[in-house]
Amino acid sequence: MSVIALLSIFVLAVFVGFEVVSKVSTTLHTPLMSGANAIHGVILVGAIIVAGHSDSALPLTLSIIAVVLATINMVGGFVVTDRMLEMFKGKKKPATKEAK
Amino acid sequence: MNNNLYSLIGLVAAVCFILALKGLSSPKGARRGNIIGAIGATIATVVVFFYNDPAEGGLKNLPLILGAILFGVIIGVPAARKVQMTAMPQLVALFNGVGGGAAALVAIVEYLHLGDKASGGAVGATVFTVLVGCISFTGSVLTFLKLQELMTTRPVVFPGGRAVIALVLLAVLGAAGWVAIDKGSNSLLVLTVLSLAFGILFVLPVGGADVPIVISLLNAFTGLTVAATGYVLDSTLLLVAGTLVGASGTILTRLMASAMGRPILGILFGAFTATPQAALSAADARPVKSGSPDDVAILLAYARRVVIVPGFGLAVAQAQHTVRELADLLTAKGVEVAYGIHPVAGRMPGHMNVLLAEANVPYEQLKEMEEVNPTFSQTDVALVVGANDVVNPAAKTTPGCPIYGMPILDVDQATNVIFLKRSMRPGFAGIENELLYDPRTTLLFGDAKDSLTKVVSALKAF
Repeated sequence: MSVIALLSIFVLAVFVGFEVVSKVSTTLHTPLMSGANAIHGVILVGAIIVAGHSDSALPLTLSIIAVVLATINMVGGFVVTDRMLEMFKGKKKPATKEAK
Repeated sequence: MNNNLYSLIGLVAAVCFILALKGLSSPKGARRGNIIGAIGATIATVVVFFYNDPAEGGLKNLPLILGAILFGVIIGVPAARKVQMTAMPQLVALFNGVGGGAAALVAIVEYLHLGDKASGGAVGATVFTVLVGCISFTGSVLTFLKLQELMTTRPVVFPGGRAVIALVLLAVLGAAGWVAIDKGSNSLLVLTVLSLAFGILFVLPVGGADVPIVISLLNAFTGLTVAATGYVLDSTLLLVAGTLVGASGTILTRLMASAMGRPILGILFGAFTATPQAALSAADARPVKSGSPDDVAILLAYARRVVIVPGFGLAVAQAQHTVRELADLLTAKGVEVAYGIHPVAGRMPGHMNVLLAEANVPYEQLKEMEEVNPTFSQTDVALVVGANDVVNPAAKTTPGCPIYGMPILDVDQATNVIFLKRSMRPGFAGIENELLYDPRTTLLFGDAKDSLTKVVSALKAF
């Protein structure tokens, strides 16, 4: 793809990124950071591509390590974010019980 | 698979990520947003196996790759499932670090693979990814060590540190230039080592209270490295996903810094401006009023309105359930109870909300700072559990102290203040709290959970 096209995508993505999180309450800062952290785990895709094209031992070793690290980042990131958010949801139930 | 189709599916994944961030920014859509993000990531990962690079052909080494993914899942999922919620900030830091490390490794492998064929742009992007990815990796590991308290949370500043950091930074930039000219592997190795070292030096002088901001910043950094890798690998998906995280992470870092009243630049360049702090004046001899659990129980029982201010001390003591028991008991006695949550109580913005939610504290009792501050003048007792810096009036009265300008909870407006503290040791920011010596203040020393349990039983016997 041409450099100009990639640059356009980059600039537009910057604005989308700014826009979607501009109004977020402090309560959600930690889950949001954790969720964004999981999203950059898609570096896994890059790791798989380079691992799949490696012929010799050194690049293969390095890229397999990259696959492991990226998987931890992605999978662990989404799971821990879900756990945080699960707690936010759970707190409404007992509140209604006690109100009675 | 047809490569247009591949790109289209990549686009779907990218849209998922945008929706995920959007969802995560609102309380209602947060959990769904995270799941949408996970779906996007899964789609992107599955579809890459069907990708046929026109120049390289299909993927090789499939069993190894799948094995590596499985291994990553086996490590990542239990770590995420089992971690104590108090230790969650450092886990996020660690996840971020391994992501940065992965990006750096991918860039290195692709660089070795391209060899002389690498374009100027690709070399530039590789240099950027290796540099920033390595900084993110060692920097995050160091924040992990700080938050886990495996090392001191105070800023680490050594004599001549500034000169060392400046020299290493110059060396890093020099090595980056060398790689750009030489396009060889030796220069890249030097760049890698120097960047790893710089990541450590960059985070060492950061004080404990600023660590969350640094994690958020490193998170944004890692996003940008993923975007740069996307450029090298010609993957629009990586470019978009990485840029999204980079941009939103930057905004989030700014939001956090302003919630804490901290200048971002001051934190960033803390490495260059930090001076060794004078040791705190040896144990202040002024008298403090310390009370017994019974005294505290009596104060609470006769109050009409109590505001509980939880801090990290509550979190480390795992006292969130006990504090709720106390609140329930007081409510049953007709006392009006609210929790005053400072935006950065705990170790990360929003961390305390997560912890109290875990203990099923009713949502209506959680009051944000702006909401609770005007009510302190009508409050009989402010019960500060394991917090210090977020209620320190020095933030308002002492220009030049490390937390000056940080918005605080005005507990000094309440008729009585009770501090549950482990010791007279100052808080994370390492500054003295005048409020502790105020005649209206009662101190109850000990582990937050033990103290609360004693107060609860005293209150029951009352």
